[in-house]
Amino acid sequence: MEKNKKLTKVLMSGNEAMGEAAIRAGCKFYSGYPITPQNELTAYMARRMREEGRAFVQAESELAAINMIFGAAVTGVRTMTSSSSPGISLKQEGISYLAGCQLPAVIINVMRGGPGLGNIDSSQSDYFQSTRGGGHGDYFTPTLAPWSAEEATKLVVLAFDLADYYRTPVLVLADAIIGQMMEPVGLPFERMFKKKLPKKTWALTGAKKRPANAVMSLLLGDRVLQRHNERLGRKWDKIKEKEQRFDTYKVQDAKYLIVAYGSQARIAFEAVDILRKQNIKAGLFRPISLWPYPEKGLKELAKGVKKVLVVEQSLGQMVEDVRAALPLGEISFLGKAGGGIPLAKEIVGAIKKSL
Amino acid sequence: MKNEFLPPKSLRDVNTHYCSGCGHGILHRLVAQVIDELGLRERVIGVAPVGCAVLAYNYWDFDVSEAAHGRALAVATGIKRSRPEKIVFTYQGDGDLASIGIAETLHTANRGENLTCVFVNNACYGMTGGQMAPTTMIGQKTTTTPWGRDPAFGEGWPLKVSELLAPLKGVSYLARSSISKPQGVRQTYQYIKKAFINQIEKKGFSMVEVLSPCPTIWKKTPIEAAKWIDQEMVKEFPLGVIKE
Repeated sequence: MEKNKKLTKVLMSGNEAMGEAAIRAGCKFYSGYPITPQNELTAYMARRMREEGRAFVQAESELAAINMIFGAAVTGVRTMTSSSSPGISLKQEGISYLAGCQLPAVIINVMRGGPGLGNIDSSQSDYFQSTRGGGHGDYFTPTLAPWSAEEATKLVVLAFDLADYYRTPVLVLADAIIGQMMEPVGLPFERMFKKKLPKKTWALTGAKKRPANAVMSLLLGDRVLQRHNERLGRKWDKIKEKEQRFDTYKVQDAKYLIVAYGSQARIAFEAVDILRKQNIKAGLFRPISLWPYPEKGLKELAKGVKKVLVVEQSLGQMVEDVRAALPLGEISFLGKAGGGIPLAKEIVGAIKKSL
Repeated sequence: MKNEFLPPKSLRDVNTHYCSGCGHGILHRLVAQVIDELGLRERVIGVAPVGCAVLAYNYWDFDVSEAAHGRALAVATGIKRSRPEKIVFTYQGDGDLASIGIAETLHTANRGENLTCVFVNNACYGMTGGQMAPTTMIGQKTTTTPWGRDPAFGEGWPLKVSELLAPLKGVSYLARSSISKPQGVRQTYQYIKKAFINQIEKKGFSMVEVLSPCPTIWKKTPIEAAKWIDQEMVKEFPLGVIKE
């Protein structure tokens, strides 16, 4: 990280900002494949990685890209790939292998509309895929959702730290609006994770003055995989306990709680202000970690709340986690899919309808 | 002078899980021997495929990574680009390298990645019980070509990966050998050694294709299997240096 603490603001797109954050976090290898709306990130890495004397490879496919970063992770260096929804689907096999082999890596998903080729508009329809493992096997990936370019930089740095600390792939789940929008971004980037990172004694660096290391997820033999999965399970439990993150706005006296993340939280933020001007006590709960879901914070906040409105750029995915956290709560949902974006006035309307 | 016949240091003294007459044991040893001879044990990183040789890390006493099916060369690219001072090689079968991983094979070669690839061609999928591979011979019976591979039924022709890669500028070395006879084993050793020396000399992509017996799947004795390579496979896959 940079020693110079002087804060400068630079106008960048979220995509570029995430690339710069990765470079400052010490990413030594990046590989990506063209897909909209994240192409600026790959282009940024192509230029900056070479300037820094680090490795950039434009892969022949999303499969190759995720497996190249698997290779980089195997050697213990910090590594990242990025893509958008259809490309992330292709990467899921590799993410499962990273999780099984306990390899740290950062994967950025700048979400677009689906299913299938969908469109290139902003969408939040990869929530299930991101928070439920995504690929085959019993695993989870910590998932961080930024609501601005500047926060995206902090979350990319955090993602690298979480990946190294827990030895696991970590997703940064942005969307087309966050990736494409240009905003002032504070440099240098802030490091949120304060714990000491473990040494990578497992890495493949050549068997010099130590026994040979092997990285594998194939675990044959009586109950070998079962024990491995139980170890992974304890890791997921620990992450659930320690790494729930969220932000709030005007919640102290809120009777109506809006729950939204990413770019949709920006719009919900505006809706809260409109409602407050009309003397309606609205507040915003914004999950930053989507997995683990910040259920502890939500449960605590919901105690004084009459009604909860979940707003998503999807047909309703995160709303299931809200319902699971608040089984007795009065929860309604407002969502649009396929590139549709619930507007502030629509959020205001939905809250007022429920009064 | 006393000549002692000792196993390579890079090879562990363990029981094999491979079938009798299988070529992997010989090839694992040849790779280990080359690594010993070139003094690479402490700087080499191997990448094992999906297939029978996925368990290569049980036999080699140096750093080895698993790779998803077909992705060994992508994994090797990530390793080599992250640690260019290391010597990185993949060890892949025909299903892995020539079928599901053909895109990675082609593009890794075309980028001229400074890597070594040992390509084990046994004309079938061994581990999954003997299905047709891209390299399966015309007329060869497998579980998925029960009447023998027949181009007339849309099953295609044996894919010659070495010849496919030969015109690519990123490829520095291509050779094909057979381990059906002691003479071929010695030749294979020389080819593999050359493919590693090329990497040390930063010459780009080097691959050695080895015709290797799979008696279990071929439903032959080890001796019949070796003969089948000599009499049939070499007609489709001619031996020798293809590119240097």
